[in-house]
Formats: sequence, C-alpha cells, structure tokens
Amino acid sequence: MRGATHVKWAACAAAVALAATACGGGDSGGGGGGADGIVSSSWGDPQNPLEPANTNEVQGGKVLDMIFRGLKRYDPKTGEALNMLAEKIETKDNQNFTVTVKDGWTFSNGEKITANSFVDAWNYGAVLKNNQKNAYFFGYIDGYDKVHPETGKASATKLSGLKVVDARTFTVKLSQKFSLWPDTLGYPAFAPLPKTFFTDHAAWLKKPIGNGPYTIDKYTKGSSMNLRKWDDYPGDDKAQNGGIDLKVYTDNNTAYTDLTAGNLDLVDDVPASQLKNVKSDLGDRYINTPAGIIQTLAFPFYDKNWNTQGAIKVRQGLSMAINRQQITDQIFQKTRTPASDWTSPVLGEEGGFKKGLCGKECTYNAAEAKKMIEDGGGIPGGQLKISYNGDTGSHKEWVDAVCNSINKVMGNNKACVGAPVGTFADFRSQVSQQKLHGAWRAGWQMDYPLIQNFLQPVYYTNASSNDGKWNNKQFDDLVDKANAESDKAKAVSTFQDAEKVMVQQMPVIPLWYQNGSAGYSENVTNVSLNQFSVPVYEQIKVK
Amino acid sequence: MGRYVIRRLLQMIPVFFGTTLLIFLMVNVMGDPIAGLCGDRQCDPATAAQLRTEFGLDKPVWQQYLTYMGNVFTGDFGTAFNGQEVTELMGTAFPITIRLTLVAIVFEIVIGISLGVVTGLRRGRPVDTAVLILTLIVISIPTFVTGLLLQLLLGVEWGVIKPSVSPEAPLNELLIPGLVVASVSLAYVTRLTRTSIAENSRADYVRTATAKGLPRRRVVIRHLLRNSLIPVVTFIGTDVGALMGGAIVTERIFNIHGVGYQLYQGILRQNSQTVVGFVTVLVLVFLAANLIVDLLYAVLDPRIRYA
Repeated sequence: MRGATHVKWAACAAAVALAATACGGGDSGGGGGGADGIVSSSWGDPQNPLEPANTNEVQGGKVLDMIFRGLKRYDPKTGEALNMLAEKIETKDNQNFTVTVKDGWTFSNGEKITANSFVDAWNYGAVLKNNQKNAYFFGYIDGYDKVHPETGKASATKLSGLKVVDARTFTVKLSQKFSLWPDTLGYPAFAPLPKTFFTDHAAWLKKPIGNGPYTIDKYTKGSSMNLRKWDDYPGDDKAQNGGIDLKVYTDNNTAYTDLTAGNLDLVDDVPASQLKNVKSDLGDRYINTPAGIIQTLAFPFYDKNWNTQGAIKVRQGLSMAINRQQITDQIFQKTRTPASDWTSPVLGEEGGFKKGLCGKECTYNAAEAKKMIEDGGGIPGGQLKISYNGDTGSHKEWVDAVCNSINKVMGNNKACVGAPVGTFADFRSQVSQQKLHGAWRAGWQMDYPLIQNFLQPVYYTNASSNDGKWNNKQFDDLVDKANAESDKAKAVSTFQDAEKVMVQQMPVIPLWYQNGSAGYSENVTNVSLNQFSVPVYEQIKVK
Repeated sequence: MGRYVIRRLLQMIPVFFGTTLLIFLMVNVMGDPIAGLCGDRQCDPATAAQLRTEFGLDKPVWQQYLTYMGNVFTGDFGTAFNGQEVTELMGTAFPITIRLTLVAIVFEIVIGISLGVVTGLRRGRPVDTAVLILTLIVISIPTFVTGLLLQLLLGVEWGVIKPSVSPEAPLNELLIPGLVVASVSLAYVTRLTRTSIAENSRADYVRTATAKGLPRRRVVIRHLLRNSLIPVVTFIGTDVGALMGGAIVTERIFNIHGVGYQLYQGILRQNSQTVVGFVTVLVLVFLAANLIVDLLYAVLDPRIRYA
C-alpha cells in the first residue's frame, strides 16, 4: 500500500533527524584537540603531487614542512638559515661548495640519510622528464642545461655539478658565483629522499615518507591527512603535540565558521570578509604577522609605448598617485603594509629590507604625481588597464581602489580601469604569452628569505619570472657583483644598490607587503606563522 | 514498451556527443591550463612543454576530443593535474553527492507531497494560506542565504549540528545540507501537488469513487494522488540531475567534497579532464533520469501506453 509506505518514510526521517541531533550535539571527535593532543587544522587540496621539487604552493608546502628537514632550516622567528642536517657547507671561491651531512639522521622508515639521499633527490628534481615544477631551483648547479634544456631532449640524466665524495660528503659546483647559495638550501625542494621514493614511486605518493618531526598516518587525497608525532625524530625541533589533522575546506569561510563553533583548532587563512569580526570572535587568538610576499603592478616592456624615457616618468607618477596607506587600512584592515622597497620586512634590516628605500617615488603625492604623468607624455594609450584574475583572492576590490586613487589624481574618471580575467590560469597564460598591453597585478612570494630571491628571478634580464621583460644592464651588473661578493653585508648592500636603479626606472610599482593571518581555538597555545605564512606546527601546544 | 526504450536510448547518443563536445570546447576556450600551475610565476618553458605533451594539449582540439572520447569508452577518464585519476575522483565524489541528492529527494517527496495533499484538500483554509506564504518565502530566498543562516544558527549558536560535514559525509550529517538543497524544489513540489490535487479532486472519477462508497483515505491515495502526481514526478525527475550538478553552493557552504566541489575546483584550475569527465557522467544521469520519468508516467496513469 502506498499510504503505508508514506507514513513509514515520514517516521524514518524523523527518527534519523533525532539521531542526528543527538549525535551532532554531544560529539567530540571533530575538533577540540583533547585526546593525545591532536591539533585539527584547515587545509586546501594540494595542486600538484606531493613531491618536494614539485610543490610550489602553500598547501602542499605545509605538509612538506612537517615531514621533511633539509640541509638548512629557516628559523621560524628570524628567518635566518641555520644548519639542520648540514654539519658544514664550505667554499673558497663562492662557486664550489663541499657539503658534509650530519651523522645519526634517518628517514622515518629507518633508512640512513647519506650524501646520496641528497644527490639522488636533487638529480630527480632537476631532470626534465620528471616534470618537477621547482626544477629551476637546481638551475644554479653546473650541468643543469644538460638535464633540463630549454627545448629538445635532455642529454644527461645527472647534474654534472654534483659529486658524492663519501657517505656523508658531497661537492656542488655552481655554474656561476653565488655567495648566498647555501642559504637557499632551506627550501623544501632541496629535501633528501629515501630509496623507496625511486623504487616504489606510486606507493610513496600515496603515503609520503620523510625525515621531519611528523609522519603521515593516514592520507585521503582531496579530503584529509592525519600526521602523527614521530617519537624517534633525531632533531631538536621535536613536535610539542601528538599530531596534526589536516582537513580540506573548499571555502575558507566554512573553516572560519568551524573555528568559531569549536570544531577546528587552527585556521591559517582568515577570509577577508571576516577580518572585521575577528577581534570580537577570537580576541587575542588572532595573529597577523609579515609574510614574504610583496604585491606589485607590472608593466609590459615588450610594448614599445611603455619602454620609453617618458614612460619612466609616467610609472613614477602612477606610483605616487596610489594612496597605499588608505587602501591597506580600509580594504585590507591593516593585514597589508604599504611597500617602500621591493623586498619584504621578513628579511629584516640585515637581510636587506630597507624601509623607505624607494623614497618619494613610492609616497602618495597627488599634485606631483599628476605633473610627472603629464610631463612623461601621459598614460600610453590614454588609459591604464590593470588586469587581474577575478576568480580568487578578492583582487577586484583593491584594483578598483588603486584606479580610483589614480583617477582622482588625474581628475579623469577613465584614466584607469580594472580589467578582470575569468580564471587564474587564463590570467597567467595571458601574462606569459605577452598578450597584455596595460599594467597587471603581480606578486612575488619568496622561495627563501634572501634579498637575492626578491630581485634576481623577477627583474634580471630574461629571468624566469620577469614577465614584463624589463632589462637594464646596470641592474644586471649590480646583481652579478652582489652574487660574487663573499661578505654577506656587502652582498646585501650591493643588492640594495641594484634596487636603487629600480627607483630610477620603476619597472614595477611596489604596492604593499602582505601579512599572514591565522586564528586558533582556546585548546591550543604557542601558535605562530613563519615567513612563508605557514603555521609552525611542531611548536603548537595543546592544553 | 521495449521498442520505446530502445528508441529513447538511440536518441541519447547524439545528445551525449553534442553535450560532451560543447563542454570540451568551452573548457578549451578558457586558455592554457598549464600557465596556472606555477602560481604567480611563469612555469619553466621546458617543463610546461613536456606537461602539454603529456596531457595532449599540444594537439588540435578536434584530435584531443577524439582521443578523449576514445579513452572514455575504455573507462579511462584521464588524469587530473594533481596526479589523481579522474575515475578515482569520481569514486569519492559521486557516492557523497548521490547520498546528498537522495536525502534531498526524500525531503521533497515526504514533506513536499504531504504538504501539497493537505493544502490541496483544504483549499482556501488557513492551513493552505499559511503553507502558500511559507513556500513563497522559501522560493524567494536564495539557497546560500538559507544555507549560511542554518549553519550559523544550528552550527555555531545552538551547537545542534557541526557547521561542516566530515570527509566521509555520513547520512546524519547530510540532513541539514540536504534540506537546504531541497528547500526551493520542495516548495515547488508542494505547489505543484496542491494545484494538481485541487484540480483533480473535482474530477468525475473522484466523485465516482466517493459515490461507490470507498473510504476517503483510499480515494485520496489510490485515485486522486496517483493521477495528480504526473507533473510532480516530471519535476522531481529533472531535479535529480539538477541537484547532482547544481549543489555547488551548498557543498561549498557545508564543506561537502562531492561533485560540486570537484567541478568548482576543476573549473578554477582549468582542469579540462576533471570538468569534462564529471559533466559527461552528469549528462548520462540526466538522460537516464528523464527516461525513467517518462516510463513512470505509464505506471501512474493507465491511459498512457508506450508502443
């Protein structure tokens, strides 16, 4: 009988609803730390397979930071590159380095870490056929052009610059002088890899094995990863909690809601729309610290209209027409800081950050800005179009604000307009195929906390991320000179001289330094973010 | 009946190829997906070229489509950029979304139809007016408002449910999201049933049934409801397809890792393999649901026969 079925269905639904209520109310499994001091934390699905040399975004980076330790490690507070697995790294000429690996380190599966663990891993990362997106990291090592040619097939399978001397020693020959090279080795791409990575690659990817303070207990691709403390971890930075449960959220707003409801302990990406409520929701359980990210406006130097003497003045004028302070205060709620050089505060004074290096060219001055732009012949094409991707990162708000600021200065409502591109991938492909003829939003997230990394890969002639194709011999020469400098302080000040060339040329307009933000629950303490805006997981304590 | 089904199945073939071709072209128009893989920097050209070859992106679009379709028929839906097989993604996403859809459909049937019958039989009474106003409110509020509101009230303020669904997405956690997904359709189902019942309750066959002394309960369920359900079944049938693909908003709010999530991420990352694969399956679901709806007509209304 149909009628009977209906009644049964209704009763069923009611029963299930009641059960759900009972279950949802008293549940303790999801968050709340509690048992064994497990911290639950928000996560996003990593974009690439979790190989060290293939991970170039923060979500995969979080995991690598927990399960790998390299030759060096950046101090989470100061950013200084300290020896981790390296006993010593020596050089006489800033081009040939001898690396000695510390004794007593193993992978979590018991395998000893030797010089070979590094050399094999680096060779794997550099070779073209492995499709590693961070391969360019090995570009300074001699023989890179053989294993990873710009076009065509690789003519070698091993970097000729790497030689194993004995079980704990290997030598590295670079293709150019690079005094700060050892300091780049804290990047996860340089992590050692166990033999199983090469012998049973598929199984390794399912459950990566490393040598960090945590081991992976359970990994469900696309939804969660449970990491547990590795009790036999030989390093000093042992985990202070029982483990980390990473949970994938598709929307950071939901993660934030879960945090306020007490179902999650840590959210390391507070959505922009919630910044206003963060004080009342979390009180002092909200952190907002500088991260190694700078945002800029880039220009097309392949377009001859932008590559003139007059255009220099126009760009300087545009830079002075942007009221950075107002935009960072009102749109970003002070989670960004107006930029006055091309590096980041995380480098510190010693590392090369210099507040105000850009001087008046990066300070808001309406009257002079207008004069400079007009002196330089006006904006090429009569209108500045700022391209950005509309899908993520709420770029629309600030691009509109920047344009508004420029329009006010010029007294012309059409002087600057935003030009949204649908998806990030499309935006990037327009940038890399040189299809843009106006300005575009650009950003640089550092790979390692060195001033070199903020300048050379982005502004050096034909550098990998020099999308605008700016070139300047004076700048290039200064960078080369700085790289050959063996004294760190001198190297840094030479890099700053190179930056001064940028003040005169204004190849890109620095906008602001980005901060990392995170919120945490009452269950955990000692939460901080490192310079890469990744939580320092191993230091988190559970109450 | 058999011939009818075969004819319908044959009709599905051009529809299937047409829709997949369209979606394939649309995804390709969006531009080079490899460019988005390296963050704010340019991928190194050699690696990018190699990846393009590996994913077949260096070939002309028609050739890509043919290769893709050829692979689909052998059960190979390709690989997503994060190295996972698309079939593997489907294996985790579809069960969750199917569960969510089932919850939603059950809500639509149970609540929607019962409310429809009650109001249809009590036209113009306070119950009828009240339900009508209620459905009007539900229809006019967008899903993301109901979703966020319920999440905030039940999840954060009262702590009755967890604001987000766990990765395994068990049935009891899907009740509220299911209700949210179903809400608008539920209101439509109520209104459709009400109109249909109201219309048919004055029909001759109902009067005959009442006159021959059948109990009211049997008249309503066997005679009146059965005939009145035809428009409702059509609606629910097409809704199955819509719910499976269209729950993106709700899946995001409640952090459900279903089809909507995979599609959304696939589009953001311009992962043509994922998007085309999932849409292909959704097209099949839609076609099958429509066929089943048509066949159900015959069951519900004895006057309809398929030759």
